[in-house]
Amino acid sequence: MKRWRTRLLWLLVPVSAIVLAVAVSSLVLLSIGESPVDAFRSMFRYGTQANSVASMINRAVPLFVAGLAVAIGFKMNLFNIGVEGQYRIATLLAAAAGAAVTLPAPLHIAFIMLVAMVVGAAWASIAGVLKVKRGVHEVVSTIMLNSIATGLVAYLLANHLRKPAAGSELLIATPQIPPSGQLGPLTQLGGEDLRSFLLLAIVLGVAVYVLIWRTRFGYDLRASGINPDAARVSGVDPNKMIMRTMLLSGAIAGLIGMSDLFGFFHAYTLDVPTGIGFDGIAVALVGLNHPVGIAIAALVFGWVDRAAQILDLQGVPKEVIIITKGVIIFSVVIAYEIVRRLVLSQEVKTAAEETRRLEEEKETVAA
Amino acid sequence: MAERAPAVELKGITKTFPGVVANDDVNLAVQPSEIHAVVGENGAGKSTLMKILYGMLRPDSGTILMDGHEVHFRSPKDAIAAGIGMVHQHFMLATNFTVLENVVLGSEPAHAGALDFGRARARIRELSESHGVPLDPDRLTEDLAVGERQRVEIVKVLFRGARILILDEPTAVLVPQEVVELFGQLRELKEQGVTIIFISHKLDEVLEIADSITVIRGGHTVKTVKPEDVTARQLAELMVGSDLPIPETRESTVTEEVLLSVQGLGVRVGERWALEDATFDIHHGEVVGIAGVEGNGQRELIEALIGLRKPDTGTVVLAGTDMTEWSTRRRRENGLGYIPEDRQGRGLLLPSPLWENTMLGHQTLYPFARGPWINKKGARQQTEHLIHEYGVMTPGPDTSALALSGGNQQKLIVGREMTAAPKVLIAAQPTRGIDVGAQAAVWELIREARALGLALLLISADLEELIGLSDTLYVILRGRLVAEVDPAAVTPEELGSYMTGATKAGAA
Repeated sequence: MKRWRTRLLWLLVPVSAIVLAVAVSSLVLLSIGESPVDAFRSMFRYGTQANSVASMINRAVPLFVAGLAVAIGFKMNLFNIGVEGQYRIATLLAAAAGAAVTLPAPLHIAFIMLVAMVVGAAWASIAGVLKVKRGVHEVVSTIMLNSIATGLVAYLLANHLRKPAAGSELLIATPQIPPSGQLGPLTQLGGEDLRSFLLLAIVLGVAVYVLIWRTRFGYDLRASGINPDAARVSGVDPNKMIMRTMLLSGAIAGLIGMSDLFGFFHAYTLDVPTGIGFDGIAVALVGLNHPVGIAIAALVFGWVDRAAQILDLQGVPKEVIIITKGVIIFSVVIAYEIVRRLVLSQEVKTAAEETRRLEEEKETVAA
Repeated sequence: MAERAPAVELKGITKTFPGVVANDDVNLAVQPSEIHAVVGENGAGKSTLMKILYGMLRPDSGTILMDGHEVHFRSPKDAIAAGIGMVHQHFMLATNFTVLENVVLGSEPAHAGALDFGRARARIRELSESHGVPLDPDRLTEDLAVGERQRVEIVKVLFRGARILILDEPTAVLVPQEVVELFGQLRELKEQGVTIIFISHKLDEVLEIADSITVIRGGHTVKTVKPEDVTARQLAELMVGSDLPIPETRESTVTEEVLLSVQGLGVRVGERWALEDATFDIHHGEVVGIAGVEGNGQRELIEALIGLRKPDTGTVVLAGTDMTEWSTRRRRENGLGYIPEDRQGRGLLLPSPLWENTMLGHQTLYPFARGPWINKKGARQQTEHLIHEYGVMTPGPDTSALALSGGNQQKLIVGREMTAAPKVLIAAQPTRGIDVGAQAAVWELIREARALGLALLLISADLEELIGLSDTLYVILRGRLVAEVDPAAVTPEELGSYMTGATKAGAA
């Protein structure tokens, strides 16, 4: 009985987040003279069409990967804010490398992913080295590295990796990756491609779960996050741990752009979405650093983004949706903390009662 | 003097924390312009008392009087306003600021909205000259020696208008020369009418500087004495308490085989040798005790032994193999166990289930790991075994460590270190802050470990524990092993006076 009560408490977290988000967004809509009922109704109608479902998932996949990259750092209190820069530079170089080689199909895909992971890890390792060797806080260094990455990507794209202009074409992009380095859609929903990188993302999610909760490395990582002093005394080398986690986080970050690259753009162009690294921080927070939670959060964010597009057509500023997302983040974080405390005090109480019972039993046996 | 009301008077102060009475009916009267020392062992309640006086903690009962009037402090701000200043043991200075900037930090003198450094500089000069605390306001704090930094703290407090100065273990960080200087300054301050409360456990220093000495033991005020009426030895007796432990006579299990050999181990912290030339052996089946007041190098010794700190000199040999260069993990895997002094801070993952806590420190070994994987089943079984074997009162291995009482947490830690079958076990304050029942259980476990042939290093502030359990007993003072005493013959009073430097090695 106690167990389902705890579960019910946990369910409060997403429920309260959604209720609050709807309530606050409604107030905002009312304050600008729009009808919240109409807005939500049309969002719901649009957002449940088959092609919207495909779009939601396609949007969620990069967010999910970004959430995983951030969460791995969060698990040991390492704040990799640099996921943004890591994935952008990784996507660019992977796209360029992928276009430069000819390989059989599965190898070609694997090669591009490998390049992306290595580049992401290498870019993240700069922040790792700075922290370990010079004590620079990773938040500062990764934010700086994001700016550097943005500049570097623009420079490399414009000057070195750009496809030679053919005729009147003005497109700034890397050369096309040949078909062996592309992934066709898994299926189509309402005319919209459902990109097949989804399957690889699911594999990645499972792998991250296994790594964090089932391996010695994951144990050391979590221990370092919960109590760094105790972890150190237990034999975890904090510097090695920081480097490994940073490399891992960067490698996963490198994969953020792969779904769009394999399934849609087939080259690095100026249209490749940016900002997913920052959204990944929110997704990891809302997903409570657990792959399942991150998947749900990514789907929610993906859906909200997709469904919000209808608002523009109806003359409602879709920026309202940014407020909705913000409220979701806040309420999840706050509700999580409240529920965590409730569950914990409940557990302490139960354990104390149980202990008392055990002690009494022991005394009766002794007597 | 009796005519005037005490500058500060604490009456019947009681403060309890969950499960612990830190102060129990403490009474303290400090006369105006005197240096009043408050002495006691670590954990005796000195810090709690001072935190109450400084407004950082509120007492459960009791009153604080200043110049005969009752006062209530809700925060340090109130205490500062009433003229009380605290110089913390650990300096709270911004090293990249000048002396001037540090002094005014938090009470910046403003003139029409702008910082008025000119006036502040003049006032600091005036204060440092009139109180005999030499200080240049324009030097960068990071260039100052420790003693000078302390002066910055003192002037900072005076700058805020303090007439009552609390100094928390002010000599702990100083070299002897600086101590002499500090004492000169304190006498000067006294001349100027400042009242000083001097927290310490170094009896020779207290006897030198104080006008009155109040001894605190176990949360009670034991006695207030005049330094001319007591000897260091008597003071040590008051501090340690006269209730004699029953040193237990038992068969010696000590063998010839050396399991841990420490040679010339030294650790430098900044300019100071926190641990210097520590040399000792621990044999198979031997308990070596280290007695000492906390902060005399025990922490550095432990950290050098378990590999958290690289020693500056010396070697550590574990069962014949030099492990000086080994990582903590390698030391753990090769049979070095550790019961940390700070159970929750260093020994547990509080929100995690017990089985994850049982693994901690042994996460690379059977039955907790299988190759790169965690063996949850093995860890849970081991935890269940441990719960039964070591009498940990808990519903089961999935309970979080947070839900356990202190004594049960400690039994879990002792159990997990013992079941890993270490060669050498370092036990630091193994019974601190746990109830009497659990204490007896932990003592019994240590005896068993010794009988099983472990080499044990016992570092404790509990003299009864040290005398009762040790085969060999060293005293550590200011980073040096200053004496080796026979645990079968020594009394806690004698030990106490060694620990505080009242008795020098070879004198007894």
